[in-house]
Amino acid sequence: MLTSAVVLVPVVGAIIPFLLRRSGHAACASGAAAVTLTALVILLSYAPAVWLGEPVGSRIDWVPQLGLSFSFFIDGLGLFFATLILGMGLLIILYARNYLDDSEPLGRFYAVLLVFQGAMLGITLSDNILVMLVFWELTSLSSFLLIGHWSHRPESRQGARMALIVTGGGGLALIGGMLILGNAAGSYEVSEIIKRGAEIRAHPHAPAALALILIGAFTKSAQFPFHFWLPNAMAAPTPVSAYLHSATMVKAGIFLLARLWPVFSPMEMWLAIVPAVGLVTMLIAALVALFKRDLKQLLAYSTVSHLGLIVMLLGLGTQAAAVAAMFHILNHALFKAALFMSAGIVDHEAGSRNLDRIAGLAHLMPITAALATVAALSMAGVPLLNGFVSKEMMLEQAFGTTYAGMPWLFGLIATLAACLSVGYSARLIYGTFMGETRHPESAHPHDPRLGMWLPVAILVVPVVAIGLLPSLAAPIVDMTARAVTGGALKRVQLYLWHGFTMALAASMIALVCGVLLVRFIHRLEALQVAVWRPNATRIFNETLGGIEAVARTFIDRLDSRSLPRYVAVSLIAVLALGSYAFLGGKHGSGDRALLAPELPAAVGWLVLLAASVVAILKSQDRLLLIIMTASVGFIVSLAFLQFSAPDLALTQISIEVVTTILMLLALNLMPKFGTDVKRTSRKVLNGAIAIASGAAVGGLAFAVMSRSYQSISEYHLAQSKPGGGGTNVVNVILVDFRAFDTLGEIMVLGIAGIAIYALLDSARRGRAGQRLEHVQPEKQSGSPHSLIVTVGTRLLLPLIITSGVFIFLRGHNEPGGGFIAGVLVGIAYIMQYVASGYSWSQERARIDPHLMIGAGITIAAASGLPSWIFGYPYLTSTFGYVPIPFIGPVEIASVIVFDIGVFLTVVGIVLISLANLARVEGKSADGVEGTGSPNGTPVPQSPRDPAPQEVC
Amino acid sequence: MEFLLASAIGILMAVGIYLLLERRMLPVIVGLSFISYAVNLFLLAMGRLAIDKPPIIRPGVTDYTDPLPQALVLTAIVIAFGMTALIVVLGLRAYLETGSDAADVERTDMVREFGAGAHRDSR
Repeated sequence: MLTSAVVLVPVVGAIIPFLLRRSGHAACASGAAAVTLTALVILLSYAPAVWLGEPVGSRIDWVPQLGLSFSFFIDGLGLFFATLILGMGLLIILYARNYLDDSEPLGRFYAVLLVFQGAMLGITLSDNILVMLVFWELTSLSSFLLIGHWSHRPESRQGARMALIVTGGGGLALIGGMLILGNAAGSYEVSEIIKRGAEIRAHPHAPAALALILIGAFTKSAQFPFHFWLPNAMAAPTPVSAYLHSATMVKAGIFLLARLWPVFSPMEMWLAIVPAVGLVTMLIAALVALFKRDLKQLLAYSTVSHLGLIVMLLGLGTQAAAVAAMFHILNHALFKAALFMSAGIVDHEAGSRNLDRIAGLAHLMPITAALATVAALSMAGVPLLNGFVSKEMMLEQAFGTTYAGMPWLFGLIATLAACLSVGYSARLIYGTFMGETRHPESAHPHDPRLGMWLPVAILVVPVVAIGLLPSLAAPIVDMTARAVTGGALKRVQLYLWHGFTMALAASMIALVCGVLLVRFIHRLEALQVAVWRPNATRIFNETLGGIEAVARTFIDRLDSRSLPRYVAVSLIAVLALGSYAFLGGKHGSGDRALLAPELPAAVGWLVLLAASVVAILKSQDRLLLIIMTASVGFIVSLAFLQFSAPDLALTQISIEVVTTILMLLALNLMPKFGTDVKRTSRKVLNGAIAIASGAAVGGLAFAVMSRSYQSISEYHLAQSKPGGGGTNVVNVILVDFRAFDTLGEIMVLGIAGIAIYALLDSARRGRAGQRLEHVQPEKQSGSPHSLIVTVGTRLLLPLIITSGVFIFLRGHNEPGGGFIAGVLVGIAYIMQYVASGYSWSQERARIDPHLMIGAGITIAAASGLPSWIFGYPYLTSTFGYVPIPFIGPVEIASVIVFDIGVFLTVVGIVLISLANLARVEGKSADGVEGTGSPNGTPVPQSPRDPAPQEVC
Repeated sequence: MEFLLASAIGILMAVGIYLLLERRMLPVIVGLSFISYAVNLFLLAMGRLAIDKPPIIRPGVTDYTDPLPQALVLTAIVIAFGMTALIVVLGLRAYLETGSDAADVERTDMVREFGAGAHRDSR
């Protein structure tokens, strides 16, 4: 099995909960859990090798020229994070199953959760930094969707958007940093980069790379001054907060710092910036957390503070500090996820998570209270719990650090932060579970069902176990830290008792101070209200508003919202560029022998000129304009015929018919006359642009035609019969040599058809529908449907279809083929709509244009598949001769199936556009006359209304 | 002959662009049709002109016109129809929604329809 499967299973498996969304909450959650479990099993199958210090990896080259490869590797650090992500994912799914209401969009929720999970795994296991960046952005996007899960709440949308802007913006900086890094290292493979530390540090761009990467990491891990998005992201459902905002996503930045630790940590710049940012974040966030009365806000700020702690440890650049950092990542994930889930339980069962509204819940929900208390004490750093052990190690490192010549600075501030941490932890326990009982009237607080507290309990067990016997975690921490520091590491030993040290004294001081803080919290709060403090959220919003205002000013200045002006500006620019190139070039005359002019051609040219002049002069008369267009179209098809292009002539003439009918139908509902009064100067300018463009294009055409060239078509002409089995080379090119292009083209047609249907179908409702009823179509003489025309078109129907089939069948060898036959058959049906009315035709129509478009594209696409089975490239054709009695051998080419697909699609698009226009027309006609049937029997309006949601 | 075709292409292009610069929907759409004609003829001309040499293989005949531009133009004609149909319908719908067949959007309408709603949350 490939290591990439660990990442791909959740990303691809995200479809499973989505498919199960109608089967109930349990099925949906089980699907998600099964996917997560599968990925975890695959991951753990690699664990023994990684444990022994042998990273495993797999690699598929993608674009080797760019250094882009789809490669993954699992080493100690990756295994640690991936296990954390998947293990926590399982608990979160179990918790969410009980937390979320059955009426919510659960399929989407679990699907996005799995995509997020896969993206996180991608970050931790990608070996290629370019691929890692893609996953990095994917976590930003999926977290946006998860934070905004309750999209009806303004604070959810606000929080989601803020998280996306901050982490997405950091992602942009990270892209820049990683590209510089890869360039400096000469490789985009993480496993190579971390071996080339000295080389990278010596590179002149190393500081720029580090600065950009730090911005990426600090935004993702909510470090000061980018910390404000995390508390705002608390608008997310609690399972999301517990998963993304305590255990996984916010650790992505830290993962990155740890991953690149061997490269950058010896740099002066790293030692100056990273620990300071971590320390400041740790202190400020802890201070803010102390005054938060919303449990999730309190936990969010405490998370920011603890992330700061880990960042500081990584920033110190010593191996011992890196070990402490890895250990604290584990401990923090355990107790913080437990606390988030507990806060969610309180919110769910007591109706509020605000300390103003709830208190003294311990006797009402004893299990929750016990679990939350243990976790919170661990967060406070109380001995015999896991938080104590790593916090001791942190304090020890802080006291051993001299920063900016001050040996006491880090120790002092770390102790202060630890003290605040005790304070907010104590406040959480005391405020929620002790004192006089208080909760919203409507709620009846009680312990939740097993499924909801079990995940908390599962997390609290290792909190206690590691607290009592830290050596239990030693192998994991050793494996991870060894991967971070690059091997040369003394075997990690973890002890509960470090002797009487500064760290122990600081811990004790912190505990005492913290308790005192809670004792005097009300006085502190009064003080806190009195002191001015900057509000990062408000600053962010005001900055954003300012940027928006500037952008809007620019847009208002630049954007005239006038199509003619845009077109004119673009054309003038192109003409100016063209003139520049033209004046700078050489202009010899062509050497190709020209054809002698003929009289019929000259007559055609004159007709074209006359029609063009009329079109320009009389453009306010729309009917005349359309007629002139049609005449020009017919001259163009004659030109095709003249210049040895019979296929084009056939196509052009039949398309011309359809286009003209289409425009006439549309014109019937639109103003038939009217023009804008334009200044003469404007007319002159437009005329000048038009004449200059025409002269340029015409001149270019003449210049090309009067020169000889070497065509690549020799191959097509030579191979058409022996290779493609057809003598009509144009058709063979379309359905055989260039069949893949044609497939793309009919797909474009299909998309246009569906868009037309969507535009017209909904036009019968709303504002457009009201206006439609008031449009007065041209008054017709007598009966709306002339009997002669009606009967005539019905007689013509089988004849045209027969000729369409004929043209289709001969298309491979003679002028014809799927495109032309499709348009012809389309015309045959359209004539019925025009002559007999929409309702009559629609009732008798046995074909559904949507189905035809869909079937056409499917048939054309599928016709290329069999060649795969025989080991040839997609859409390879074959042909043979089938003997038919009395007629002799008849040639059958496999491409006929492809051409059938083309044919169906073309019929579909012709019908869907014209029939729907006729239908809209019918609505306005019915509104006036109340009839839609030629023989007078009333026909219900739109008898067969295709369900729009199935199509659009 | 070459000059006739080249000048015809030039005329079609000029008419198309003049109509494209109008402010009403139908002239703009017709203008695009004219430009399509010009472009299709231009593409055909890239294969050079030949009379009575259709690219249909016949025994004993060795001289054919270039089939490749023809194949390109054939699909271009059909695609141009799809495009024309789409913009005709788009124009019709816009007319039915707004009651005006102007090809521009009035600034005040834009702000009312999109400007206010899109930024409501950020305030």
